[in-house]
Amino acid sequence: MPVHSPDTAEIDRIIAAHVHLEGPMLPILHALQAAFGHIPEASVTRIAEALNLGRAEVHGVISFYHDFRKAPAGARTLRICRAEACQAQGGAALEAAAQRLTGLGWGETSGDGRVTLEPVYCLGLCACGPAVQLDGTLHGRVDAARLDALLAEGAA
Amino acid sequence: MRLRLRLPADAAAKALGAEAVAAAVLREAAARGIEVELTRTGTRGMIWLEPLLEVETPEGRKGFGPLLPGEVAALFDVGFGDHPKALGLVEEIPWFAKQTRLTFARCGRIDPLSLVEYGADGGLAGLRRALGMTGEEIVAEVTESGLRGRGGAGFPTGIKWDTVRKAGGPRKYIVCNADEGDSGTFADRMLMEGDPFSLIEGMAIAGLGTGAETGFVYLRSEYPDAIAVMTRAVEIARGAGILGGDVLGSGRAFDMEIRVGAGAYVCGEETSLLNSLEGRRGVVRAKPPLPALEGAFGRPTVVNNVISLATVPVIFERGAAHYRDFGLGRSRGTIPLQIAGNVARGGLFETAFGMPLGEIVEEIGGGTRSGRPVKAVQVGGPLGAYFGPDRFDTPFGYEEFDGQGGLIGHAGLVVFDDSADMGQLARFAMEFCAVESCGKCTPCRIGAVRGVETIDRIRAGDAAAIPLLEDLCETMRDGSLCALGGFTPYPVLSALRLAPEDFAPEREAAE
Repeated sequence: MPVHSPDTAEIDRIIAAHVHLEGPMLPILHALQAAFGHIPEASVTRIAEALNLGRAEVHGVISFYHDFRKAPAGARTLRICRAEACQAQGGAALEAAAQRLTGLGWGETSGDGRVTLEPVYCLGLCACGPAVQLDGTLHGRVDAARLDALLAEGAA
Repeated sequence: MRLRLRLPADAAAKALGAEAVAAAVLREAAARGIEVELTRTGTRGMIWLEPLLEVETPEGRKGFGPLLPGEVAALFDVGFGDHPKALGLVEEIPWFAKQTRLTFARCGRIDPLSLVEYGADGGLAGLRRALGMTGEEIVAEVTESGLRGRGGAGFPTGIKWDTVRKAGGPRKYIVCNADEGDSGTFADRMLMEGDPFSLIEGMAIAGLGTGAETGFVYLRSEYPDAIAVMTRAVEIARGAGILGGDVLGSGRAFDMEIRVGAGAYVCGEETSLLNSLEGRRGVVRAKPPLPALEGAFGRPTVVNNVISLATVPVIFERGAAHYRDFGLGRSRGTIPLQIAGNVARGGLFETAFGMPLGEIVEEIGGGTRSGRPVKAVQVGGPLGAYFGPDRFDTPFGYEEFDGQGGLIGHAGLVVFDDSADMGQLARFAMEFCAVESCGKCTPCRIGAVRGVETIDRIRAGDAAAIPLLEDLCETMRDGSLCALGGFTPYPVLSALRLAPEDFAPEREAAE
């Protein structure tokens, strides 16, 4: 995900590109996160003004959804499915392996900014779990050894 | 000779290595100077055979799978003939041949973004027929088909459409609920990736029937492939005049947009979905007013699941009676079963309602992948009940599962072997409810947290907390605003009934 510093002009440009939509809030937030890797704090006021809402309302929406970040994620994002279908196929062992291999808890980013570990509740790969998503790419039937290899591949 | 090959680009196929297989195919063909046409399709739904490569032959398409990239060279060596992974004619594989594919008839067969292949395989016939009917006739056709909400609630689709049709006002909406968050379900994803035009066609028919000219697909962010395919399909349909101000030259207008969710499970509930679509927190709304009267942006709105809407075209293509003649009792037509979890042959199996649960799990699914006995099957997602083998004779239908203290939900089945810890799964159900609760009603918001604590107490040896858990579940069931808090008791209490020993402290269980 591209990450560069929040620039008010660019924030305004992104808001303006979506404000004509019916229900523009989520499209605006997704576009901001795509551009900056997170929702910059500075955008709250700009969105509130553009949509004629209170800042608290905008903040309320951002904080409701798991997807929206207050700070950029690590260079790599590892999402592990924790839902039942993956649990039925050895998901708990994979969850433990993910935490051990990255040294992170759920929702944490490593100190060097290299990896973010997140839970996800269902990637729709329920007939070929346990499933993970690494930097947007999906992998099925993953065990600890495979996860280790996947993490090593990208790091090389 | 030009070699015509087909390989799914479905997310599950890709997760199992389809891209590497595709690359190997193209590399081998180039090295041998063979001309190939590799068409990417959706999946047939036989996930245990993915990546499943198909070659076109005069007899039909022959399949090879599950294929590893390293096996591709040998396939070329034998001219796509005798190979350890050869499956014969794909549509004659028993698992596939036993199905009744109506909603998923084209999925896996066609290039999802080819209107030519879509039209050649029955596509748009339903919409053309609907264009010659009045709104009242369209709604009557849906009512006659017996179609009920495939998202899980099972509400008759025709009645919902009729409410919207009769509602006044200048603006109405068709909202497709594609926020398929239930674990064990992937029918919506598979349909949107494999046959997106059927959903678009179904939404257009819904628009014609109810007088709505705008549609939204609220699609979860966890499905990037489905988002990409649907977005492109809408553009193609608009370019071809299927969507827009003049649907297929009829003078009628219908257009639609794809909207992406943001990782909130509760937004699969229709009223919180509407709040989210409008740009608010995805908090549940009290009903009434019904969304059919005051839905998106306060206007009359049809909110239907992907499968409900994508089934509409085939109902119009073949007639309501054709569809209604499948099924049992009040569950008419077909249901795309999603067989998942620890299962030998997992995937999507579309069949008429009525197949007993045990047959689905043991005969179709082939039992567990681990080879151990089945301990429990969770039917209907994280809010569905756990069924043990003692209830395997339950026929798959809305009322039949309701009568057994469960629900069919979105028809996902998650199989667990005897290593499953039902106490841990019950705790997870409460934990998940606490994470995903929208916070509007107390039984769900507080109840889920108390539920985790109470299960921990029971598992620590406090058997006196069991009645407390049962009482809490009753409060959540009867007092919650929506299915999240209201149905979380299903997995919890069914797990407790099925395996009370799993709720005992570990040292006792070991004795």
